[in-house]
Amino acid sequence: MSVLAAATIHVRVGASDWGAVGPELILGATVLVLLLVDAFVPRRVREVSTWISLIALVAAFLDVYFLWSHGDSNALYGQITSDKFAIFFDGVIIVSAVLAVLLSESYIVSSSFDPGEYYALLLASAVGMMLMAAGNSLMILFLALELLSLSLYILAGFERSSPRSQESGFKYFLLSSFASAFLIYGMALIYGATGSTQLVAIGHCLHGSGCPANVTENPLLLVGIGLMVVGFAFKISAVPFHMWTPDVYEGAPTPITAFMSVTTKAAVFAAFVRVFNFSLNAAHSHWFPLLWGVAVATMIFGNLFALAQSNMKRMLAYSGVAHGGYILVALLANSPAGATAVVFYFLAYAFMNIGAFMLVSILESNGQVGDDISSYRGLWQRNPFLAGCTTVFLFSLAGIPPFAGFFAKYLALAAIVQAGHTELAIIAVLTSLISVYYYLRVVVVMVLQPGEVQAQETRMSGMAEMAVTASVAGTIGLGIIPTGFYNLATQSVDALRTAFGI
Amino acid sequence: MIQAYVPLLILALVAGGFAASNILITFVVGPYRPTREKLSPYESGMTEIVPPRQRFPIKFYVIAMLFLLFDIEAVSFYPWSILLRSLHFAGFIEMLIFVAILLVGFIYVWKKGALDWE
Repeated sequence: MSVLAAATIHVRVGASDWGAVGPELILGATVLVLLLVDAFVPRRVREVSTWISLIALVAAFLDVYFLWSHGDSNALYGQITSDKFAIFFDGVIIVSAVLAVLLSESYIVSSSFDPGEYYALLLASAVGMMLMAAGNSLMILFLALELLSLSLYILAGFERSSPRSQESGFKYFLLSSFASAFLIYGMALIYGATGSTQLVAIGHCLHGSGCPANVTENPLLLVGIGLMVVGFAFKISAVPFHMWTPDVYEGAPTPITAFMSVTTKAAVFAAFVRVFNFSLNAAHSHWFPLLWGVAVATMIFGNLFALAQSNMKRMLAYSGVAHGGYILVALLANSPAGATAVVFYFLAYAFMNIGAFMLVSILESNGQVGDDISSYRGLWQRNPFLAGCTTVFLFSLAGIPPFAGFFAKYLALAAIVQAGHTELAIIAVLTSLISVYYYLRVVVVMVLQPGEVQAQETRMSGMAEMAVTASVAGTIGLGIIPTGFYNLATQSVDALRTAFGI
Repeated sequence: MIQAYVPLLILALVAGGFAASNILITFVVGPYRPTREKLSPYESGMTEIVPPRQRFPIKFYVIAMLFLLFDIEAVSFYPWSILLRSLHFAGFIEMLIFVAILLVGFIYVWKKGALDWE
């Protein structure tokens, strides 16, 4: 522990406590190291960059652990804060990045693309996500969003020889940068209405200190909120801004799809909670109807579109859209319980959703067709461990107890019922009943339908096996003993409540 | 408050209406006698000798992009150099870190061969 403390020295440069962004600095420095490794190390010892990434991620996680016990601190004059809310999301993002790196190793070898900048970009996007969770000012939020998006555009199109991957990267770039424009326009208008880019100051302003009395009725603010909803809804692929999701997810390299499906949403939802539930809390009556409509449409259409998919990656993309809807329901509760549900949901979602993509990635690493659901026939005979684990992930995504997904959904529904919007809970339950069909269909194909007699063997590398085991442990562990992690989530939301005085 | 913008609105309407009516009038009144020469892309220009859509090395793009990166970085030196005295030693260290990060990028670009012309 003392070594760790020494590693996170609290260097005060220009009134900034750089220790607060320790994990981000560790990963950021590693990005530079990885670029130099890519430039100087000969191609045959490239695996070294996998190990460097893993070591850096573990170091960053230890720093996150240290910061959690250390308490809140700020960097850059309070623009970046490392309160427990941000630190919790840091942890989720780092765990997801570790799982993605473990999964990437054998995938890169088999799909024979030049790994080069792959890990550097992966870590750069993780830094962007962590900064987004820690951003305490609209400017930092936007910069962090750009950092994570720019890295992911390149990663989505990383398989340069595959037209689908190129399409994925290009589509993501065009549509997502368009959405970013909406977001920053909204931010500008909110700054115009409240006179500050600091989230805490905006919150105080709307509660009536230092601002005109009727600022919550100011059209500037309302248009700003509307534009920010568009920007955020695009990034979490909520209906009607979800069109890009299946195409991008299908074409991107599978470990990247797994990584971005969880972490982009986690980072944007962290900002979403911070901005809407806390900073813009006083304007609640204005944004509630907007997000209500988006959440309902997201749950209904996400699940209905997922029914029709025969491609696992597209199916999981629409399932991700639907899960975004459930998380929006928790956000709409606009209460500490709701925010806690959002935080807990992402911990569960990281394990079960990345886990569900692992099957595709591992099959593709074996040189087999990975994303066609009908090709999973007889997987139970070929590799019972992988088939069993995937069954666990899909059950958890469907919200069947005793897995993590059940408890996450339960918290979201409990929060919204408590807030008095039972209609949202009813829609959520009905639509997740639909979802059971498409999750279980995959299980039926895998376990009950016999495969061809001379089917190829499905092997797993040691790292992939570790990733699957860790995800299964997480999914089952969070479902059976959620209390400890639930308490951590509550503490992280408490930190936000003290910061904003709500 | 809205009334203050009425002159602006009128100006916008007049400007737009002028442009639209001009296009409309020339469209309706003007004669239209297409000949082969008139329909060629550059009516009074020279006839092309080689097809104008030629391949050219994509290196230009890489060089232009790198130039942009390092050019913009130079801009951030100006305010720093003016404020250096009030930033003290800490400001100096921060700029050193900034330059070190850029240097890594430069070494990377160099080693990857983006600066080789041939």
